[in-house]
Amino acid sequence: MNLPLQWQLATIAAVRSETPEVKTFSLHLPDWMRHRAGQHYDLRLRAADGYEAQRSYSIASAPETEGQVQLTIEKINDGEVSSFLHEVAVVGDRIEVRGPIGGYFVWEAALGGPLLLIGGGSGVVPLMAMLRHRAAAGSRVPTRLLLSARSYDDLIYREELDALAADGSGFEVFYTLTRSQPSDWHGYSRRIDAAMLATVAGPLGRTPLCYICGPTLLVEAAANGLAEIGVPANRIRTERFGPSGS
Amino acid sequence: METEADDVNRAMMLDGNAVAGRFAALFGAEMTTSLTECASCGQDHMMGALLAFTHAPGVVLRCPSCEAVMIKLVETPRGVYLDARGAAFVRIAR
Repeated sequence: MNLPLQWQLATIAAVRSETPEVKTFSLHLPDWMRHRAGQHYDLRLRAADGYEAQRSYSIASAPETEGQVQLTIEKINDGEVSSFLHEVAVVGDRIEVRGPIGGYFVWEAALGGPLLLIGGGSGVVPLMAMLRHRAAAGSRVPTRLLLSARSYDDLIYREELDALAADGSGFEVFYTLTRSQPSDWHGYSRRIDAAMLATVAGPLGRTPLCYICGPTLLVEAAANGLAEIGVPANRIRTERFGPSGS
Repeated sequence: METEADDVNRAMMLDGNAVAGRFAALFGAEMTTSLTECASCGQDHMMGALLAFTHAPGVVLRCPSCEAVMIKLVETPRGVYLDARGAAFVRIAR
């Protein structure tokens, strides 16, 4: 695929709060191109004095959503790009983006499964694109998502995930809350470990196709845990976004 | 011996996906699924799977098998410096 990767001016068409720290920005693109679930866009801010800041953000929307992309972005303390987007940017503003980018951390319905998705915090974003694509494509590939967050209120897309899990298409979701849990919590309450992975991955057989996205240390722990329970390395794809994103 | 700096570097580590945009702009092709071979240990990996250290003036990509430095990329106002002496090859898709 030899395509020139050009910067273009996207217009913010909508902003939606997902959690106190996370917002979804719907961008209208003059040159929209169908993406593959798991890909990202680069976003660039430029000041009048020439200073530039650039970050990569995963696409949350399904490829089937035409003409626009949704980027779900966590506000990082001292993060100059995410702070601008959360506190300054409003509907109608224009920002420079280029994409879609990447081909490694990508899932398409044709790749099949069974599918094991593991996300930490806003690492769920590219996995959500995969799940939305799976639903839009009518795929019934057995799929399980293990999502780790600090607290119940930090679970991004919770209502949509629960609805997807109830639609009878073979998708199940598991949550683990590492910092605080509601009093009636029935999910996991610890960091992802090999025992948790064995329970969640077990019914998917010995060689599920695995996608892990989250903070670096979570990705390391999950990838090592999967190796421990015997998942072959060539079935595991990872995307790390640093200590707490940027 | 693991030092505190090693821990910090480890926590800041990304992967090849994080520099996909820069490589795509440079090579005119999607590079994260491009195969590359570590010149130190001989293992083949896709570029997206390399360990990426981006919190420096340049980008350093290391082999996920042996952690040897494979590729360094530094962008300056006058041009882009690409040091790939740690890679036996990088396959750029047609």
